[in-house]
Amino acid sequence: MQVDPIHQFQIKDLMPMVSMGGHQINFTNSALFMFIIVGAVSALLIGATAPRAVVPGRWQSIAEISYEFVANTVRASAGTEGMKFFPFVFTLFMFVLFANMIGLIPYSFTVTSQLIVTASLALLVFFVVVGYGFWRNGLHFLNLFVPKGVPKAILPAIVIIEVLSFLSRPVSHSVRLFANMLAGHITLQVFAGFIIMLASAGILGWFGATLPFIMVVMLTALELLVAFLQAYVFAILTCIYLNDAIHPGH
Amino acid sequence: MDPTAAKYIGAGIACIGMGGAGVGVGIIFGNYLAAALRNPSAAQGQFGNLIFGFAITEALGIFSLLIALLLLFGL
Repeated sequence: MQVDPIHQFQIKDLMPMVSMGGHQINFTNSALFMFIIVGAVSALLIGATAPRAVVPGRWQSIAEISYEFVANTVRASAGTEGMKFFPFVFTLFMFVLFANMIGLIPYSFTVTSQLIVTASLALLVFFVVVGYGFWRNGLHFLNLFVPKGVPKAILPAIVIIEVLSFLSRPVSHSVRLFANMLAGHITLQVFAGFIIMLASAGILGWFGATLPFIMVVMLTALELLVAFLQAYVFAILTCIYLNDAIHPGH
Repeated sequence: MDPTAAKYIGAGIACIGMGGAGVGVGIIFGNYLAAALRNPSAAQGQFGNLIFGFAITEALGIFSLLIALLLLFGL
């Protein structure tokens, strides 16, 4: 039995297409899972903080720990002034984290395994950084591309490299999350395919199939770590990019 | 050469780039662990830098994986 590892990333229409002003508006499984993610995050945070107990219960602890965790990350990498952007970073972190985590549930859909989703998030961060950088610092924002203490002779080359690395940020920011999720889910699917292939080979195959099964369990544990780590990486890179907008001097 | 075969060979070659990222990530975590064992009290404060370095290094490996995936499924 052949298992197609790419099939899980297929986008399906869940409702009849609506045409609006020459654009086709589809409600796909990707959109459905984005609604589920936003609903889950809102339910968790609103529900957990509703009691407002002085001594937090389990759910309130989850909300407080996630708040503290992101707040410390923002403070450490973007400074106190960066706390202005805390709601932005926290939203991104929770969205990506829940997208990754919900995607690990079998038969669900991983929103972050679609390049268009991660690219939209990364471009949002990029334009916030550029917009806020120019709004706050004016043309001094361009100092970002001119490192101090570089000999005049190699300065033009350095400036070109800095500009290129700045422009490639949204690419690496989005592709990192996308490729990690994609590669992880393909690996899981391929190993799950080995189980089916071996198990269909007869009695001896059943014993052989336990090996890839153990592998799938361990890979799922690894994917849980990757799902959290990539959400954290996405948030911390957002903070570091925002730090450039707030303090553009090198 | 059969174009499909060339595609698969190209995807395999592209994945070699991930080896370099593997070396880089190993160096980052190895050095972090070595430094953390020397001075455990300072280790917590450098966790953000560790993850940042990891992300930057990993991105390069991911790029080569992306080329491989593009060759296999995209183009």
